[in-house]
Amino acid sequence: MDFRLNVGDWIDSFFTWIEDNLAWLFDALKSLFVMLYDALNWVFATPPAFAVIIVIAVAALFARGWKFAVGVAIGLTFIISVDQWDNAMDTIALVLVAAFLAVLLAIPLGIWAARNTTVSKIVKPVMDFLQTLPAFVYLIPALALFGIGVAPGIIATLIFAMAPGVRLTELGIRGVDSEVVEAGQAFGASPRRILRQIQLPLAMPSIMAGINQIIMLSLSMVVIAGLVGAGGLGGQVAKAISSLDVGLGFEAGLSVVALAIILDRFTGSFGQSMGLFSKLRKRRIDAKSADEQARLDAQEIIDKGVRYPVGMAN
Amino acid sequence: MSENIALRAQGLYKVFGRHADDAVAKLRDGASRDDLGGATAAVIDASFEVKTGEIFVVMGLSGSGKSTLIRMLNGLHPQTAGTVEIGGTSITGVNAAELRDIRRHKVSMVFQHFALLPHRTVIDNVAYGLEIQGIGKDERQARARKITQIVGLAGWEEKFPNQLSGGMQQRVGLARALAADTDVLLMDEAFSALDPLIRREMQDQLLELQSELGKTIVFITHDLNEAMYLGDRIAVMRDGRIVQIGSPEDILTSPANEYVEQFVQDVDRSRVLTADSVMRKPRAAIHEGSGPHAALTVMRDEQLSAAYVIKRDRTLVGWVRDRDVLDLVRAGKKDLTPAIQSDHGAVAADTSLADLFIPSLESALPLAVQDPRGKLVGVIPRVTLLATLGGEPDAAASATPSPDPLPTAMVTKALDASDEGSTTTAKEAR
Repeated sequence: MDFRLNVGDWIDSFFTWIEDNLAWLFDALKSLFVMLYDALNWVFATPPAFAVIIVIAVAALFARGWKFAVGVAIGLTFIISVDQWDNAMDTIALVLVAAFLAVLLAIPLGIWAARNTTVSKIVKPVMDFLQTLPAFVYLIPALALFGIGVAPGIIATLIFAMAPGVRLTELGIRGVDSEVVEAGQAFGASPRRILRQIQLPLAMPSIMAGINQIIMLSLSMVVIAGLVGAGGLGGQVAKAISSLDVGLGFEAGLSVVALAIILDRFTGSFGQSMGLFSKLRKRRIDAKSADEQARLDAQEIIDKGVRYPVGMAN
Repeated sequence: MSENIALRAQGLYKVFGRHADDAVAKLRDGASRDDLGGATAAVIDASFEVKTGEIFVVMGLSGSGKSTLIRMLNGLHPQTAGTVEIGGTSITGVNAAELRDIRRHKVSMVFQHFALLPHRTVIDNVAYGLEIQGIGKDERQARARKITQIVGLAGWEEKFPNQLSGGMQQRVGLARALAADTDVLLMDEAFSALDPLIRREMQDQLLELQSELGKTIVFITHDLNEAMYLGDRIAVMRDGRIVQIGSPEDILTSPANEYVEQFVQDVDRSRVLTADSVMRKPRAAIHEGSGPHAALTVMRDEQLSAAYVIKRDRTLVGWVRDRDVLDLVRAGKKDLTPAIQSDHGAVAADTSLADLFIPSLESALPLAVQDPRGKLVGVIPRVTLLATLGGEPDAAASATPSPDPLPTAMVTKALDASDEGSTTTAKEAR
């Protein structure tokens, strides 16, 4: 029996229709992506390499402490030593733009899904679909719609990396202790206020884990993005594949590893109390609460009407 | 009529699942909870009124629907059928904004697991309700500080909840509800997560605060002792229905059905019951004015070794022993006074049973119970005390106390000697 579903034809005509009718939208998106990428790339690639390393190492010191700062300096110096600095900066710009856009989409979508069961039921399979469909497959229409360059790389990365952000945001908000949410309701807080003052702060660790996942998945897409002309370290790997250049392949690959570790540790430190920054912040908060407590205690003594001569109070 | 009704629930139903309305109709027609197919009835036909300033305890085991019920009282769970009124305003059938307004100003809640905001300090937690009411920062901090002091957390204002013990966290929860300054306070198993000593302390504090602030409190618990200790009135729930509403003593002494009876078996009666609920009529009391002769006659007839002495208006004066009275009779005295001992050790009518044991031991007679004006209203023999603790006060009737009065023959002889024409027949000495 000859049974054939013409899925391919349908999808083909769907994308052809999009190409014909929504070309303006994709042109606009493309120029937006390219603009963001160029801007970020300019920030990383224009200053001399050692200046960038110092800035990142200092940021690492604040985020996690001196060990991480040293690690960052070594990793980045390694990239320079294998002559992949410019490519690495291209890659960072690409990853950060894609991850930024993915976070921008994923968190509101996750919040919406957490608050609305219907939305959740629709979003879940869509995310499964996007994550399991081989990345190369949606690279094809992306190429058709955006042409060769950074834009299809960004869109493919964005779609691939978004899912864990949505999922972990939804999970985080749904996982907030229902009694605490009820407390907000019981005192008459509006849903918006409960979201802002209770759900988001309490879901923050989970949301941060989602952002970390987004960035890591974005990085894992760079090689694929390199295949469609996005350049960077991915482009180097693609070049090494086509010329069977083992040395170049490993140099670019190890640079990706260095970047991956640096980005992972950076984002992993969000929301955790580590590093110089949180130490300073903790000290400031402690000082402030000590002041405040002293003020309250003094007020209490005044209220009681008990006063001690100066110098004798405790 | 409703001048002092703070909260009124009428015909409340909560059914989870599909076809909830059908299920309510079926339940109204007398269907049981198991005949509803897919729907689950959590609360069935609950009606009650809570008076202003009262602690109304809803008690039941887990799954009895009590947590669902309390959440219907502030609209956290919308009711399937029925009405709830708080301070004369209906909270059922209002829109979301009106409901929020009622929650801000009329009813606040204390949660089982405290439900504090972990990222806020104690004082900011306490001020949370005020913040939502839209009160400015300085004022709400000042008010929150006052309440924080009242619940005994002064000096902890700037700490975070995770730096506090469980009992202190629940004080914050209580302070948060009190600070919102609503008339009605809902407390959902508020002390159940605390260890027993802290729980007792919190119960005492709640009673103290209640008498100071006069809030109306609906308190949910699965602990009958807690219910009996705190409640002015108690509603016992089972399988979604309220099976009995009454004062702690009502519930204990006249349970509505076997379920309640079984339930109250384990309760610590000695803390719930008071002296006046177990006391008996005194078998005999002697009037102050009657002479030694008359007194001894009464004691002989009643087979008593000692008796209480009262005035005409039943005011308790003291007690006498038969031996002392016998001496007076033999000496031919006409006045009872020298024999009266004033250390009668009587207890007040509202003393709880737990506090009766030691006085009962120290007293030679069945323990006397006085009303506030000092009148003798009853006595509590030791056997009655024991029988009540055993759950069967009536058992005391079959167990007669056995003091050892003087041999009747000897008494009769003495009486005859002092009063020649006596025709009293001697009773057999036992």
